[in-house]
Amino acid sequence: MTSADVVGPDRAPPLEEEQLPTGLRGAWERSKLNVRTGNLGPVPLIVGEILVVALFGFTATNFFTSTNFVNLITQTAGTCMLAYGVVFVLLLGEIDLSIGYLAGIGALVVAELQLPGSSWQTNGILAMLAAVAVCAAIGGVQGSIVAFVGVPSFVVTLAGFLIWQGVILNKLEQRGTIIIEDRWINYTDLYIFSPLAGWVIAAIFTALYPLSILYKKIVARGTQIAQQSWTSAILKTIGIGIAAFGTVAICNNGKIISTPLGLPLAGVIMVFFFVLLTFLAKWTTFGRHVYAVGGSAEAARRAGINVSRVRILVFALSGAMAAIGGIIFAAQVNSVALTFPPGNLLLNAIAAAVIGGVSLFGGRGEVRGALLGAILIGTLQNGLNTLSISNGWIYIVTGLVLLGAVTLDTVAVRLQARSGR
Amino acid sequence: MSDTPLLQLQNITKTFGSVQALDDVDFEVREGEVMALVGDNGAGKSTLVKCVAGTHSADSGRILFEGQEVQIHGPKDAARLGIEVVYQDLALCDNLDVVQNMYLGREVNRAQILSEAPMEQHTAETLKSLAVTTIKSVRQTVATLSGGQRQSVAVARAVMWNSKLVILDEPTAALGVAQTEQVLELVRRLGSQGLGVMLISHNLHDVFETADRISVLRLGRNVGVFERRQTTQQAVVEAITAGKPTKVSGVPSTASAGAAE
Repeated sequence: MTSADVVGPDRAPPLEEEQLPTGLRGAWERSKLNVRTGNLGPVPLIVGEILVVALFGFTATNFFTSTNFVNLITQTAGTCMLAYGVVFVLLLGEIDLSIGYLAGIGALVVAELQLPGSSWQTNGILAMLAAVAVCAAIGGVQGSIVAFVGVPSFVVTLAGFLIWQGVILNKLEQRGTIIIEDRWINYTDLYIFSPLAGWVIAAIFTALYPLSILYKKIVARGTQIAQQSWTSAILKTIGIGIAAFGTVAICNNGKIISTPLGLPLAGVIMVFFFVLLTFLAKWTTFGRHVYAVGGSAEAARRAGINVSRVRILVFALSGAMAAIGGIIFAAQVNSVALTFPPGNLLLNAIAAAVIGGVSLFGGRGEVRGALLGAILIGTLQNGLNTLSISNGWIYIVTGLVLLGAVTLDTVAVRLQARSGR
Repeated sequence: MSDTPLLQLQNITKTFGSVQALDDVDFEVREGEVMALVGDNGAGKSTLVKCVAGTHSADSGRILFEGQEVQIHGPKDAARLGIEVVYQDLALCDNLDVVQNMYLGREVNRAQILSEAPMEQHTAETLKSLAVTTIKSVRQTVATLSGGQRQSVAVARAVMWNSKLVILDEPTAALGVAQTEQVLELVRRLGSQGLGVMLISHNLHDVFETADRISVLRLGRNVGVFERRQTTQQAVVEAITAGKPTKVSGVPSTASAGAAE
């Protein structure tokens, strides 16, 4: 087709963005349209988070403190890592039930490799890389069975769930607990940045969003490509800035006994992987192919996408994220014990992604959903803990929130379908 | 139109176990021609398409493309030759937008990083050139499009890649009257732009609206090739339901209405 070379501005197709007034009024009109058509984005989650924080702020005495805020971040980071991996797996329309115990394997590998006095003792950073590689490889193998043999991922990863649980049991039953002394490993959860470093990090992360918008605008210059309006870009940048600098301000304010606190590395890791994986999902061919396979594997295959490769890579990614989460959890208690993984790690991670709006049927969802979902679940559980409420109630409340979030999402999708958007 | 057909299939045979899906079938499409391939269920239309698209490979027979004998072992081989297939369903990803679907599997990228701007630009231009004007925004998801618009996107995707032969498998099967008309108009435009079009359809009305010639298969064999202007739907229906194999010395006979006797 070469007859498509000439396009003047007068022949440009009408773009929806342009039909709405620009500026503040346009942003308002657009958001009204979005609410009416059920295109809510992350708004319900953010509102929910604010409500939860307000609720606990008034009821729990120890909740609304800077120190607890730092705690909250370090408690949430591990779950969040797993939830990031879950997003990609769910985008394919698959499930990975092995991540809880894969996190355990990751922690175990790290703990073994740093063991002082053993002949294989290595540097903590190398140990962490090895753990991530091992879990990525395990994930890749599980993914290969799904992709090549066609065994449903539910079954393959359920087998993984049992196998890796067994491995951990075998390893730790006689040994009991392995203490982690390597400082690099323990830093992943508990390293505290100085106040100044915290501000710099907040500035860097805040700048990323407007830079990405600016890049898109430069690329689209001189074309009739629909662009985000300046108003909405600026408003979103301000929102991100408030979140980033607010977080650092609160963290810098905290102290344990008399040691001042600051931004914990776990929080930076959370945001770092959020940025990295959002980039992977939205800006790369691999990410595009993940969405395509989740939308219609057959269409993707016919379009020449190597569907098996995409599946294997996603399961490997899921394994790698599980390992990172496991390392953070191990660092939190400076050890790996038989009780690893803590609590309902697997289900919390899946719940975080689902609460964040990632569809179980594939093709729909965003990485940010896992971040927001993990924060919401973390806040709930932390708040209920500070209220000294029993674990039973914590599970019940988490379950109800999950149900509520998914119901809201389902209704929103139905509205969207009805309004033809 | 040149003398050498764009695509020429000679003596194609394909069996699945004991089932003879294609038996010594010949077929051709010329440049700038809409060649319809019709036949009842199980006549071998889909199998023939799959042999050209590279999904199946024929047991025996020759495939000539622009006069050269070619081997097609996969969809990528077909795409490299300039053969694009538009399947009746499962061709688009509902959750992706128009641009993303148009470039599915062939995204413009620099070091694996997507270049959205040229993709969006070129998509808009391609739709424009095919006079597909009912799609409001190339950034809306395909799920929000009507059946006709979806089919238009699928066809536009097929022609965007410098393709020479576009194979349309039941392009109007699931469409309403107005949308069918929209797609048929598009099919005619492809032919007039110099592409070879292979149209597989059950619907003789559609075929007579668009095709220049009509090949009929019955039970895996050629039963006739008709010039649309010199035949009637009645004759074609008879060929589909009761046609006798017309193979003469390896060349498909351009049979007149008498072929169905």
